[in-house]
Amino acid sequence: MITIDNVSKWYGAFQVLDGCTTGVQKGDVVVVCGPSGSGKSTLIKCVNGLEPFQQGDITVDGIPVGSPGTDLPKLRSRVGMVFQHFELFPHLSITQNLALAQVKVLKRTRDEAVERGLKLLDRVGLAAQREKFPGQLSGGQQQRVAIARALSMDPICMLFDEPTSALDPEMINEVLDVMVQLASDGMTMMVVTHEMGFARKVAHRVIFMDHGRIVEDATKDDFFGKPHSERAQQFLAKILQH
Amino acid sequence: MFLQDAPEGGVQYWELLVSGLGWTLAVSACAWVIALLLGSAIGTLRTTHRAWVTRVGNAWVELFRNIPLLVQMFLWYFVAPEFVPALKSWVIAADPAHAQFLSAVLCLGLFTSARIAEQVRAGIQSLPQGQRLAGMALGLREPQVYRYVLLPMAFRIIIPPLTSETMNLIKNSSIALTIGLAELTFRAREIGEYTFHFFEAFSAATLIYVAIAMAANRVMALVERRTAVPGYIAHGAK
Repeated sequence: MITIDNVSKWYGAFQVLDGCTTGVQKGDVVVVCGPSGSGKSTLIKCVNGLEPFQQGDITVDGIPVGSPGTDLPKLRSRVGMVFQHFELFPHLSITQNLALAQVKVLKRTRDEAVERGLKLLDRVGLAAQREKFPGQLSGGQQQRVAIARALSMDPICMLFDEPTSALDPEMINEVLDVMVQLASDGMTMMVVTHEMGFARKVAHRVIFMDHGRIVEDATKDDFFGKPHSERAQQFLAKILQH
Repeated sequence: MFLQDAPEGGVQYWELLVSGLGWTLAVSACAWVIALLLGSAIGTLRTTHRAWVTRVGNAWVELFRNIPLLVQMFLWYFVAPEFVPALKSWVIAADPAHAQFLSAVLCLGLFTSARIAEQVRAGIQSLPQGQRLAGMALGLREPQVYRYVLLPMAFRIIIPPLTSETMNLIKNSSIALTIGLAELTFRAREIGEYTFHFFEAFSAATLIYVAIAMAANRVMALVERRTAVPGYIAHGAK
């Protein structure tokens, strides 16, 4: 579904990604972790072309992301993305947030879009909030709406960029529950997160990054059982202490 | 004294003030439309990360912001027609009031557009970068991201400075008296010269300006309240 082949990226002289190679199979859940500044958010933003990269190739469903001939907006409309800070559109009601891109991008009628949006809103347990505005919801609720908004585009895969990092601890689980549900429904997912409990529960593979490199790319059991690299061992030792 | 007959035109002095008010409002309204449209377009283009578009926008803003308004008024009325033969022949043939009106509208409209462009740019740049990314991630194309995601919030945020700009524009229109446009300040001075009651004439003009500015202020406050986003920008100016 997603292939990442020898991808490197620089901000000026500073190299943020260094020869990253990995992939996500259809139906797989891949968790990307690593210390801050390791390039994991940058890597996931390269997958749908929100960040350009200078070297290597990324394909999504066989379509080359870095190629100048690719219709990136069209490709992005098939790839759902959830952000750290939710990024709902504050001036639109929840229903309007869900319907906007369906109408403007997929050319669905307003009624179809609202119906599809509300069905997904119900799935994340927020059907009662349909007329509210993002500023009237809690962080956890906003993130669940953001997931419903991405799903309403009927994506072929989902990208999550630290979806729980900006949440109060008590709201993290309501978002993770939705993501676990999504994973068990067979959605292809690439998830940048520090939530190792989530990784243990649903990930097929775990990728560990440091200094722009993929240091460890292992099945879940291998990663938590016996990580090869010392850096990953240290990282795990630190975050699993708590 | 405002009920006395003016020496010319068979009208009373108050009617001169009303006619002046009419020109002031007409110039301000037309210039405001130009300023808002051009300012929004240029302010938006300056945030698109395209080098040459940004440079054109910067040049525009610097050009109209760095020349005194009075000089710009003279440039539009006296100098611009010299460079455009068709415009010059029209100016010579046309009613002087029309040429004065056109010059004043262009001058004030473009001058104000540079300032509104800055405000629109600041409004867009004040939004979190993630808003643009979220719009793009949903598959919206760049113009759609601006139209449906960025500009609706940016305009809400800049309503207070836009209000000041609108009021400035109305007051700046008095500069048009220097090219002979018979707007409110022009008429007040005229009445003063006819009657030597400068105090009364300019007091009346002042009150009228204050009334227009306050009306504009009220309208913008209403717009601010009507467009307030629940849970986000909680209240408009009361």
